[in-house]
Amino acid sequence: MKLHIKNGHLIDPANGIDTQKDIYIAAGKIVGVGTAPVDFQASETIDATGLTVIPGLVDLSARLREPGYEYKATLESELQAAMQGGVTSLVCPPDTDPVLDEPGLVEMLKHRAKTLNRAHVFPLGALTAGLKGEALTEMAELTDAGCIGFSQADEPILDTTVLLRAMQYAKTFGYAVWLRPQDPHLGRSGIAHSGPIASRLGLSGVPVMAETIALHTILELVRASGARVHLCRMSSAAGLELVRAAKKEGLPITCDVGAHYIHMTDADIGFFDSNARVNPPFRAQRDRDAIRRALSDGTIDAICSDHTPVDDDEKLLPFGEASPGATGLELLLSLALKWADECGDGSPQAVGKAVAKVTSDAARVVGLAAGQLAVGSTADICLFDSAVRWKVEAKALASQGKHTPFLGYELIGQVKATIVAGHVAFLR
Amino acid sequence: MLNPQLNKNGELQHLLTIEGLPKAIVTHILDTASSFVGISDREVKKVPLMRGKSVFNLFFENSTRTRTTFEIASKRLSADVINLNISASSASKGESLLDTIDNLSAMHADMFVVRHSQSGAPYLIAKHLIDTRQPHVHVVNAGDGRHAHPTQGLLDMYTIRHYKKDFTNLTVAIVGDILHSRVARSDIHALTTLGVPEVRVIGPQTLLPSGLAQMGVRVFTDINEGLKGVDAIIMLRLQNERMSGALLPSAQEFFKSYGLTTERLALAKPDAIVMHPGPMNRGVEIESAVADGAQAVILPQVTFGIAVRMAVMSILAGN
Repeated sequence: MKLHIKNGHLIDPANGIDTQKDIYIAAGKIVGVGTAPVDFQASETIDATGLTVIPGLVDLSARLREPGYEYKATLESELQAAMQGGVTSLVCPPDTDPVLDEPGLVEMLKHRAKTLNRAHVFPLGALTAGLKGEALTEMAELTDAGCIGFSQADEPILDTTVLLRAMQYAKTFGYAVWLRPQDPHLGRSGIAHSGPIASRLGLSGVPVMAETIALHTILELVRASGARVHLCRMSSAAGLELVRAAKKEGLPITCDVGAHYIHMTDADIGFFDSNARVNPPFRAQRDRDAIRRALSDGTIDAICSDHTPVDDDEKLLPFGEASPGATGLELLLSLALKWADECGDGSPQAVGKAVAKVTSDAARVVGLAAGQLAVGSTADICLFDSAVRWKVEAKALASQGKHTPFLGYELIGQVKATIVAGHVAFLR
Repeated sequence: MLNPQLNKNGELQHLLTIEGLPKAIVTHILDTASSFVGISDREVKKVPLMRGKSVFNLFFENSTRTRTTFEIASKRLSADVINLNISASSASKGESLLDTIDNLSAMHADMFVVRHSQSGAPYLIAKHLIDTRQPHVHVVNAGDGRHAHPTQGLLDMYTIRHYKKDFTNLTVAIVGDILHSRVARSDIHALTTLGVPEVRVIGPQTLLPSGLAQMGVRVFTDINEGLKGVDAIIMLRLQNERMSGALLPSAQEFFKSYGLTTERLALAKPDAIVMHPGPMNRGVEIESAVADGAQAVILPQVTFGIAVRMAVMSILAGN
């Protein structure tokens, strides 16, 4: 199939393009940008007049809930959500049931995703067997099966020796280690950011120290092992300050933030809204402001959806009993654009930066060739209408997870088409 | 953000917390309670204000004292009262909180008195009643996690007003385990709402939540400093499981550092009153001589508690 996307406004941050250009696609690859290759005969044409054409989004964390939690979500529903959100590549954490600690499970997941022919799925393998923090997994086997890195998801390792060994082992083979900095003890029973709001509501707190102490440990182990570490879901101003300094020092680290955290604070818990129950907790306004600054100055490399579908049974509960997590795949682009809108007045530079954080910059974290639209690259493309404002409602979401603190919000930017490897996988 | 406990006319729809309640409503509850205090002394201790109404006491957490006072208050208002000890029934069978509420609503409940170990649980119920369009059903928070115990806060205010008349020249100290105490939080909100110029909290750092000063209180870790010149002392119960461990080394040491003794009471104003929400741990947070002394108003608190709960329920039933 030969596809011609015409009259769209192309934003391709990796290649410095921000202008109206046509794209020509053949055999799943981009074969022309701006000018058609000789003898190009389109079999299908998409008129993108008024639309913005960007690389398909690269999401550094989306829980698909398979295997094991199919009652919360399935690959079908969540990969459809990815399509509706313009996400063409996604990384999924290993905290499934069973945990992704065996090559067979990873192969099965990759196979299932491939059959569905929607987003490209890149699993993270478990860093330790069963995420128990005791024994290393077969990282080489898991990598052969398709893992792009190794992670503990939300389970911190109790024994620092094991963490050091895991990082040394990963470094030996050049594998990336993805860690969410959280102390295993501090704030273990916590459900909200330690501070005046949690104190007033009587919710047990997770102090910022839980993040910074873990970061100090991780950074020291990076210095010792030289391992390539990606820090997941940064939440605090103090934590970002440590990352900024560590990057300046030249440590091989990158980091991301969940899209919700660019906008929400602990005040959004309101009257115990369990949709605002997330891990790590939404922090204070100064933390949120620090996240925004860290995105601007490059301390934070990428914005991810931190997509975590939770069903009604586990969410319609008192705040402390509700499962943490929010749906995010279908909000990722809009929340990134909201940042550009609020922190950069929606200027072309700000929009370009926001697009980069969910495409090329995110791809760079994983080492994927995705997230850009150069001739010769796989044709993963997202078309959106920046003028459309849409209301976040349960019925508007394809994901089985209908819970997000943004329910009822009006967001900017609606995905109109998603193209995966040259075929139109979603059209609104 | 819409305050879920007030209806669109600004009247009390549910009593979930004292925080954010208009002073006029708090005062109205206290005034109404005054009119009920006499009823308990009558030969026929009943008024027909809630005749034909069904009050469900939903206790997801064990309590004898609070449940009993709500039960008595309901009966003195002539309501039918049904006690459900949920910790021992549906919840253990896996029924969700909202399923329980739907079932009881189908039995035409008019009021739910809810105690739950999770902060905010009564809000979930109140919101569910709004979502399922049942504006005639009211919720009274009888204690949720560490968050609030508004009727205790109100009865404490009633007690203080009874003995001190005016709130606007008082210094009140709350002593002990502030971190885990819903009573402390409700008292702080009630005292600041009623215009008490100085509210103090006293405890070791391990039992003081972060950001406490932003609730409008002065924080003391030295009880001898904190009690100087106060008009009322509210002692808090220290739960058994918190007496030894990472929060406190032992009950004895807590008593040594924070127990209310006769000597420490002498630091307060001579006419200072001593309150306690009960049940008391004698020799842990309070010395027996103080608990039984002339300045203690712990038993009157219990008596006033019934009148205050009658006031809350009758006002809700009328809105």
